[in-house]
Amino acid sequence: MPAELILTVAVQGILTGLVYGLMALGLSVIFGVVRVVNFAHGEMMTIASYAAIVAFGAWNIDPLVSMIPIAVLLFAMGYAMQAALINPFINRPEHSQFILLAAVAIIMVNGLLMIFGPDARNVLVDYALDSIEVGPLLIDKVRVITAVLALAITAGLFAFFKLSRIGKAIRACADNHMGALVVGLNVKRLYALTFGIGSAIVGAAGAMMTLLIDTTPNVGPVFTLQAFVIVIIGGLGSMPGALLGGVLIGLTEAMAGLFFAPSAKTMFGVAILILVLLFRPQGLLGRKA
Amino acid sequence: MIARLLHGVPKRALILLGLLLAFLLVAPLFVGNYILSVLILVLYFAYTGQAWNVMMGFAGQLSLGHSLYVGLGAYTAAALYVHFGIGPWAGVWIAIIISMAAGLVIGFLAFRFGIGGVYFALLTIAFAEFTRVGFDHFMWVNGSGGFFLPVTQYSVNDPLNLRGSPMMFYYILLTITVLAFIFCRWLLTGRIGYYWLAIREEPEAAQTLGINIFRYKMIAVAISSGMTALSGVFFAFYYNNLFPEQIFSMNRSIELILGPIIGGVGSLFGPILGAFVLTALAEALNDIMVALGYELPGVKLVFYGFCLLFVVMWLPNGIWPPLRKWLKLEDRS
Repeated sequence: MPAELILTVAVQGILTGLVYGLMALGLSVIFGVVRVVNFAHGEMMTIASYAAIVAFGAWNIDPLVSMIPIAVLLFAMGYAMQAALINPFINRPEHSQFILLAAVAIIMVNGLLMIFGPDARNVLVDYALDSIEVGPLLIDKVRVITAVLALAITAGLFAFFKLSRIGKAIRACADNHMGALVVGLNVKRLYALTFGIGSAIVGAAGAMMTLLIDTTPNVGPVFTLQAFVIVIIGGLGSMPGALLGGVLIGLTEAMAGLFFAPSAKTMFGVAILILVLLFRPQGLLGRKA
Repeated sequence: MIARLLHGVPKRALILLGLLLAFLLVAPLFVGNYILSVLILVLYFAYTGQAWNVMMGFAGQLSLGHSLYVGLGAYTAAALYVHFGIGPWAGVWIAIIISMAAGLVIGFLAFRFGIGGVYFALLTIAFAEFTRVGFDHFMWVNGSGGFFLPVTQYSVNDPLNLRGSPMMFYYILLTITVLAFIFCRWLLTGRIGYYWLAIREEPEAAQTLGINIFRYKMIAVAISSGMTALSGVFFAFYYNNLFPEQIFSMNRSIELILGPIIGGVGSLFGPILGAFVLTALAEALNDIMVALGYELPGVKLVFYGFCLLFVVMWLPNGIWPPLRKWLKLEDRS
């Protein structure tokens, strides 16, 4: 196998991995603060993908543009979900929360199935097949654009949490729930805000994803699992960890698809997850609980 | 032993249980093929839910990957039958051993490395997914193309090879479900049942009292995975076809646990009640949709989702505990 081919596939895998990482970042932010695992994460991403597909089909809006209103839409959805459904469950046992979100996930997947049917859909923008020549490598243009956007959104989010007052307040809730209550923060509202932010991120990722993969309702659960794999590998609650995990998974899948069969690629991701859970359960960049 | 099983059970409960059993025994004689197939589904979910309940309801370990054990059981027995002519009643033991081994490996890794709560649930999903993709490429059982058992005519009942009419399957499954119910009652009323209760409610306190938490969690996993393998064997010989995509899927795992959750996690009768309620509602919904000439994929699962949402929000212990109170059937021990 020529070295250029392997290198090209590796670079494409890493670029795709950054978008995976952005998607998983949403999950990581939510878990890091609210301490609830969003079992409907991939399903929410699929809703965003369908929104982008509809916007492109109806009004010919590029997903890279429609991702802004879609992120706002998903923010509202996440905010409402946390405020109405999840806040009453904050003190319930973990498995109750899990089942609650699993129920939401089932409704989302099959709701999409009822509306859009099982067929795969995609968005074919006019630059979809363009590529950029880097030395001997030929890299898809959409992958470069989405990867750069994913990095930019992550940087923006990082700045938001480090610099803004609301960002600091959210981090305070994550560090010490009781302390945050004592100093008078409205923790429930901040939780809803956090869930909204995490959802907005996955919304942006979902819109971008339409340029990279075909969307069917059933990719929802697959990406939920994918997001879990990524954040656990990187470390639940760690923002750089999510990106690192995404890149690792993107690279692994690309290599597995090249050397084995594309259909076997999820097996390798899951195998890495199992290894990480066993030998470094806090994840590569996570702090020990 | 019988005294122990019956201790504290009100007479009314026994009478109602007897009536239910009598109903289930004679029901196939009066109903058509369609209702019989629905009853088989009810018993299948009741039994499998009971098996899952041992791990989650009794010992407090949330598994979201129980399709793994169904699939391993189904594929083992089916492959032994097709490739080596080994009958299901011999194959079922090997199926149980393989499923138990898988369960014990997962349990060992999780409990030894201190993986609990959400992480444990994710680990169970991960192993099920891993196995699903693995079986997609496992050509000995025809990979993703599906594995088929030879289908025989319904007129000849051959219980030894599990070949025959739905009626035969129904009575075999009923026997298995009743035995599982008695077995679980036996577990719950014994020392191990109290150990599990302690581990589920307060693991640290249980350890302080000298209970070997690791060992009893492992026993729960072994019993649960072994019981689930049996339902896989039944599935293989009843439906005669196996696809990794279906039998190992995450949806299947969730479908299996809906019954016990809606009925009542941790209670003995919860999985049975949940299976009845859920299957009956789903079939009724199906009939209504067909009658309206309105067939959409996904409707059934959206409905399941709302049932689950409703129960987990307003009846966190399932429908059996309030129903039991209403029927005045509470355990007096």
